[in-house]
Amino acid sequence: MKLSFEKSRDGRSFPILPPLDVPREDLPEGLLRKSPPRLPQMAQPDISRHYTELAKRTHGVNDGFYPLGSCTMKYNPKLNDEMAALPGFTGIHPLQPPETAQGCLEVLFAAERLLCLITGMDAMTFQPAAGAHGEFTGVLLIKAWHDARGDKKRAKIIVPDSAHGTNPATASMTGYQVVNVPSDSEGGVDMAALREAVGDDTAGLMLTNPNTLGIFDKNILEITRVVHEAGGLNYYDGANLNAVMGIARPGDMGFDVVHLNLHKTFSTPHGGGGPGSGAVGCKARLEPFLPKPRVVRCKDGFAFSDPERSVGSVKAFYGNFLVTLRALVYMLTLGADGLRDAAQNAVLNANYMMKGLSDVYDVAYPGICMHEFVLTLEKLKKERGVSAMDVAKSMLDYGMHPPTMYFPLIVKEALMIEPTETESRETLDQAIAVLREIRARADSDPGSLHDAPLNTPVRRLDEVGAARHPVLKYNFDGVSD
Amino acid sequence: MAYYVPSTEAEQKEMLARVGVSSFDDLFAAIPDSLRIKGLDMPEGLSEFEVRGKIEGIARKNVAFKSIFRGAGAYNHYIPALVKQIVSKEEFVTAYTPYQAEISQGVLQSIFEFQTMMCELTGLDVSNASVYDGAAAAAESVGMCRDRKRSVVFVSESVNPAVLDTIKTYCYAANAEVSVVPLKNGVTDADAAASVMDESAACLYVQQPNFYGLIEDAGKLGEIAHSCGARFVMGVNPVASAILKTPAECGADIACGDAQPFGMPMAFGGPYLGFMTASGEMARKLPGRIVGQTKDIDGKRAFVLTLQAREQHIRREKASSNICSNQALCALTASVYLTVLGPDGLRGAAERCASKARYAARRISAIKGFELLYPGEFFHEFVTACPCDASVVEKRLAGRDILGGLPVSGGILWCVTEMNTKEQIDELAGILEEVSR
Repeated sequence: MKLSFEKSRDGRSFPILPPLDVPREDLPEGLLRKSPPRLPQMAQPDISRHYTELAKRTHGVNDGFYPLGSCTMKYNPKLNDEMAALPGFTGIHPLQPPETAQGCLEVLFAAERLLCLITGMDAMTFQPAAGAHGEFTGVLLIKAWHDARGDKKRAKIIVPDSAHGTNPATASMTGYQVVNVPSDSEGGVDMAALREAVGDDTAGLMLTNPNTLGIFDKNILEITRVVHEAGGLNYYDGANLNAVMGIARPGDMGFDVVHLNLHKTFSTPHGGGGPGSGAVGCKARLEPFLPKPRVVRCKDGFAFSDPERSVGSVKAFYGNFLVTLRALVYMLTLGADGLRDAAQNAVLNANYMMKGLSDVYDVAYPGICMHEFVLTLEKLKKERGVSAMDVAKSMLDYGMHPPTMYFPLIVKEALMIEPTETESRETLDQAIAVLREIRARADSDPGSLHDAPLNTPVRRLDEVGAARHPVLKYNFDGVSD
Repeated sequence: MAYYVPSTEAEQKEMLARVGVSSFDDLFAAIPDSLRIKGLDMPEGLSEFEVRGKIEGIARKNVAFKSIFRGAGAYNHYIPALVKQIVSKEEFVTAYTPYQAEISQGVLQSIFEFQTMMCELTGLDVSNASVYDGAAAAAESVGMCRDRKRSVVFVSESVNPAVLDTIKTYCYAANAEVSVVPLKNGVTDADAAASVMDESAACLYVQQPNFYGLIEDAGKLGEIAHSCGARFVMGVNPVASAILKTPAECGADIACGDAQPFGMPMAFGGPYLGFMTASGEMARKLPGRIVGQTKDIDGKRAFVLTLQAREQHIRREKASSNICSNQALCALTASVYLTVLGPDGLRGAAERCASKARYAARRISAIKGFELLYPGEFFHEFVTACPCDASVVEKRLAGRDILGGLPVSGGILWCVTEMNTKEQIDELAGILEEVSR
């Protein structure tokens, strides 16, 4: 389809704003740009259709099954969105006097209280805008804590090899060296390697639990103890909290700081990549270092307060407020039992799907999984020439979003499947049937899988060409196709 | 209450049996008993009806002011109906990062259009798909300039304090030094910049218009940065960019800012939209997602996430930033906003801001005690003195349903946009006259 720029016609415009009601006063010529930005000039009906056409070429959770591992693509309740559109929230300036924004402060305070309960933490900040941003903030708390104690030799962060790429990248971004520890044969942290890795230069450990293999590390208490005894702190990557919410708490597992993805676990929409929220919770000893400001209760309601040794700000204001609000609406709706129920059914749905596939696909780590599981197509690729990519792309023709591909890195030809609790048994059965059919086709007609997808708006793309000869914006002067 | 879980209890039992366990407890056998909690000490779930009532009640505890004269990093602009409708489309709202390009062309194309628009606004060559907000964009931008030899980040004192604070936090993380260049008459002191910057300088970061609304002599500051071999980074207000000299025309290597004014409500600080553009030479240092054009196997034009070799999921600890998402829905909002306004509409909005701000500045500064603090040209914000404690003025205005300017050192920082009618400005001036008497 055409770009908006290709649909543009000079002079097409319509008034949105009223005529100027004060004398017109222009800035001096010398301060002005030479030519106007070449923005599209389109009529309203055509703009509306342009974006409807784009929407039709977009697959959201509302369009079909979306088992993207570690992304928790659950249903996004519409009540959340309606509440986030209330003018009593959208029309509030972030620098209003706090006494005129008591509702907003109450939202932040209430969300913090509930999420601290769920995670077993003592305090929380909503400033980080995404999971990776939360990781950055959380590891900064660890850094600030060691610095405040004058412990300058803590130069390393330990990261298991099953971790999300953001973990090692975060550690580097905060000035740490990364020590990778391998996984053991059951998919957990290799304890011997961990004991070997820790020392008086250990700043901390970053761990996702359940991990990206969908495994709850049974040695978790031992892991966090080993790190604490070495003088390090434990960071909980909350990407997979959906499996254990209301059942077990990172705070009880020995973690000192945790980030949550409110856009995963707490049902706020992913928005095609954002906005999300990477709320960070911590134990009392790290509270003085939290980003500023925080919301506190005062005698007439709520007020802002700056933690005494704050690491500063990681963005302006108080985070993605409307996302925090949506998460609060979700928690109020579900309540304690509903949250546990969600986790239980997330785990049940994953196990149900795994069971339905395990006789025709290889499961990387068989047994009971948590909220997600990983298939390895290594053998299939060797024997039939059908890769994880081929299976994923074939799913597109059945109207399903594929699982996360080629991750975690320690599993060859990986497909990581996370159905979430908001999918019905029929949807799971259908997805199982589709994956079984694709598996049968790998035997009968593998070539057809290499050609997939056939029925999507575009087919497989030349990604190498895109990176080798980057075209990153519309070429106004060139010939388009 | 099994609120959003479709399976009935009977189905759950059957499914547990199919899995080969007898209860939910069995599914969680890997979790040590000592870690299993009995339950959470929080309220039971509520019906949609009850939650709505509760949340609407909380919203009523806020004051949504009738007229708003406050900016300082969050701006009150008109949001066209088309923008709100389009960005509510569930396909856009409920999708995730477009990893599967074949079924994500809508999001990908919208980001490609966004990248093009940001390049048009700033005059620079390459844009990323957006980052968290303007302050984070500033911090990531200065991060692009640092290397082993050039590690000191110079930031003008005239930038928004929240931006400076965020830059400092990111630099603390990276063990990099931040040096603040002082002000003169409310703008960056160019002589001071020239004298303090040396071969250790990674970049000079200035904000245009600056925190006090004043227009900086960016061209000159850019020359100073470049003359010592440092990069020049400009944080810009995107509405002002419609009419002011572009960062490219001022010699900037990187431009960034917060595009919240392009269709996003103030919403108590977020979600907003950080944008970053750079010269072609720095393209591969840009953090975050970038969308590129390519072809599918049938030769059809298509869009895809590209230049991923820079990113964390490939490079892990060697990545320059850990960022792995963008604010896609906000980038879409900005694109739709700019498409609805078009070049004439955007210029019109910017000119209305400038004219109304001038009218307001004249009215306010004519009142005894509210003189303009700085002599320079401004866009839509300006600082006046205040004859009394600024919080007194703030309260007085609040009593008349007006959110006044932000109290700052030396006075009040006012902001006027196309949303402020002449009537509102006259009413404001009238109340300030009462205060002044």
